Amino acid sequence: MAKKFLSGDEAFAEGVRLARPQVISAYPITPQTIVVERLSEMVENGSLKSEFIHVESEHSALSCAIGASAVGARAFTATSSQGLLYMAECLLYASGGRFPIVMMNANRSTALPWNIYGDQRDSISQLDSDWIQAYAENAQEGLDFALMSYYIAEHREVSTPFMVNLDGFVLTHTYETVDIPTQELADEYLPPYETDNRLDIENPKNLAFSAGPEHNYIFKYKEHRALLRAKKIIAEAEKHFAEIFGRKYTGLLETYQTEDAEYILITLGSIAGLCREIADFLRAKGKKIGVVRLRYLRPFPTEELVSAVKNAKAVGVLEKDISFGNEGTVFTNVNSALFQAGIGIPSYNFIGGLGGKNISHKDIEKIFDLIEKGAEHINFIEI
Amino acid sequence: MKPYLREKENFGFDDIPENTSFEAGYLVSVNSGWRSIRPVVNVEKCVGCSQCYLYCPDGVISIENKKAVIDYDFCKGCGICHKICKLNAIEMEVER
Amino acid sequence: MTVKDLAKDEFFYGHKACAGCGGSLAVRNALKVIGKNAFAVLPAGCMSAVGFNFPQLCFANNAIISTFAGTASMLTGIEAGLRAKGITDFTAVGFAGDGGTADIGIQALSGAIDRGDNILYICYDNEAYMNTGIQKSGLTPFGAKTTTTLAGKNIHGNIRPKKNMFEIAAAHNIAYAATATIGYMEDFLTKVKKASGLKGTKYIHVIAPCPTGWGISVSDTVEIAREIVDCGLWYLAEYENGEFILNHNPKQFTDVAEYLKKQGRFRHLNNDDVDLIIRSRDEKWDKIRNNWKFGKD
Repeated sequence: MAKKFLSGDEAFAEGVRLARPQVISAYPITPQTIVVERLSEMVENGSLKSEFIHVESEHSALSCAIGASAVGARAFTATSSQGLLYMAECLLYASGGRFPIVMMNANRSTALPWNIYGDQRDSISQLDSDWIQAYAENAQEGLDFALMSYYIAEHREVSTPFMVNLDGFVLTHTYETVDIPTQELADEYLPPYETDNRLDIENPKNLAFSAGPEHNYIFKYKEHRALLRAKKIIAEAEKHFAEIFGRKYTGLLETYQTEDAEYILITLGSIAGLCREIADFLRAKGKKIGVVRLRYLRPFPTEELVSAVKNAKAVGVLEKDISFGNEGTVFTNVNSALFQAGIGIPSYNFIGGLGGKNISHKDIEKIFDLIEKGAEHINFIEI
Repeated sequence: MKPYLREKENFGFDDIPENTSFEAGYLVSVNSGWRSIRPVVNVEKCVGCSQCYLYCPDGVISIENKKAVIDYDFCKGCGICHKICKLNAIEMEVER
Repeated sequence: MTVKDLAKDEFFYGHKACAGCGGSLAVRNALKVIGKNAFAVLPAGCMSAVGFNFPQLCFANNAIISTFAGTASMLTGIEAGLRAKGITDFTAVGFAGDGGTADIGIQALSGAIDRGDNILYICYDNEAYMNTGIQKSGLTPFGAKTTTTLAGKNIHGNIRPKKNMFEIAAAHNIAYAATATIGYMEDFLTKVKKASGLKGTKYIHVIAPCPTGWGISVSDTVEIAREIVDCGLWYLAEYENGEFILNHNPKQFTDVAEYLKKQGRFRHLNNDDVDLIIRSRDEKWDKIRNNWKFGKD
């Protein structure tokens, strides 16, 4: 293992290198560009043996990755924001065909107004496209996700594409010390991709076909079932990861001081670190509060969330997203989980960080205060 | 090498693959019901020149022993073979 | 390449294309030339709609449907993926219609040619969006009536000429491009054979009439596909090593008006419209004859 001072994008590129994708197709978009620049350098200097395809759009980036996956090659792409939306058709194509492509998405706001900074409306708008969606908190987790994502996506019981989300700029462009595993250990962790879901001269196939009303729903049901099965495989992937690399992860979500917490803030991505800091600060003042960080939005951690918050008096959900005309989508998902479990505690939605607006210490303190005292259903924290 | 009719036509829940991937060239239904007219080869006139075979959109004509032979399971009765034949060796007859 | 050189295998069989479909004939015979190592990509469109209805799967070789816009980009991925896996003996071949090529798929096609990806792209041109019910595409010719370019008192069908995809492909300095028609099958097959043996990006544009969309009898597909060349509204040519080569130089054109009036889609055209079509044909041929090399006829 080697320690290096890397940005989130650079760390992710290191993880991709270790995963040995055979085909990389990507189109540049801020703040994803550094990932593909680093991968290009690795191809150039020979540290990564991969076909790097300079596609002319994001639609082609993912379409190309699907083509590569359809012959059984390991494929990688990366995008952000408008690019993710431009490839939206291919997102559903990749999942419907059960092609275990990994994509890094640098979470960024979407136009209009134009904005290159981070919020999570791009990926959250695509929650229904049957991709596994993970959200990294820091660069190390990003690198580790790059490896684990292939393990999970390519697992025979899953066979579903995987989107790893890194908050634009606050994570993609900030530097931290990152542990880079050796290629030897990475190879031990991640075997080459093997699948029958491919075009093959010895055993010719027809792929990506049509299925009418008589059969279509069965394909869709099986997609859903596989994404739910991913929960088990995520646990397996993390256990195996800890055995080889010594770093442990906590599954679909990560809890902080929730055991005895009366008030819990649920959030995701890089803002979680600040939330934990404020939790410590307020705990020192005698407040019984905790934090839940959702590491995955799909599959959604329904049972884990219920178990984490079932004894709380109230919860809040802080997200960089809004489903206009309703509420934050993470909030909707959380409420559904609580309702199904018969947990009738108050829950409040805090929308923040849109278009890269900084979420401050004070904002989070205020959020904890509002969870305790009661707030509006939806609260735009800066307004 | 050619797609061909299979015995298994009905696919229940467990037969449906996990992904959209399946054996190539798997046929479960014929196209003969589409025809209102059928090409009939006059073996006296046919010299096996293969033009009908070359221009059949469905590939249902083969040349066997220098005579055109039609796979009526998959012929749609378009009549291109009839038009293309310079020897008038293929007549179109009304399906009964 | 003649019929005698053609493999007996049928790779595209039992499909649900309309009777007399020109597109299916182009796909069928191109695959017979390329053989079992073809990895065929077909975007959403007629040929995928008629060939891939689970569990009726009509390709004997490896075949996959791409997104409508993604024929070329999926071919790129397949080619790169196979190469990355050490597989070398294959042909990545795409079959896209006119809309899938000249409209929604032109960006991906341009990207693939720009990269010089080792793929063969065949556009089967039936001159409108036939799968969705005969709507105008970028390759619908001047004057043609479609369900979105109506023929009435004010407008006489499509008001714009076809995009010239052959020369658009050539303008990328592509390794090989060619025009063809299913009416002159041996010429088409020769070009497919030649293209599949070349490295780099290859583009073949083959006229493939649609009886429904063109308003002709289902038995006339091949005949009309010959006539379009005979009357000079289409030409058989190649682009290779930076040069255009005319493969067939008719001494005399057959009657354009005859060609047009056989087809329901042109029946509304008046003499002025026909004269305009003839004038633009002659202008094109002047350019061809003045600038292109002549191949052997």
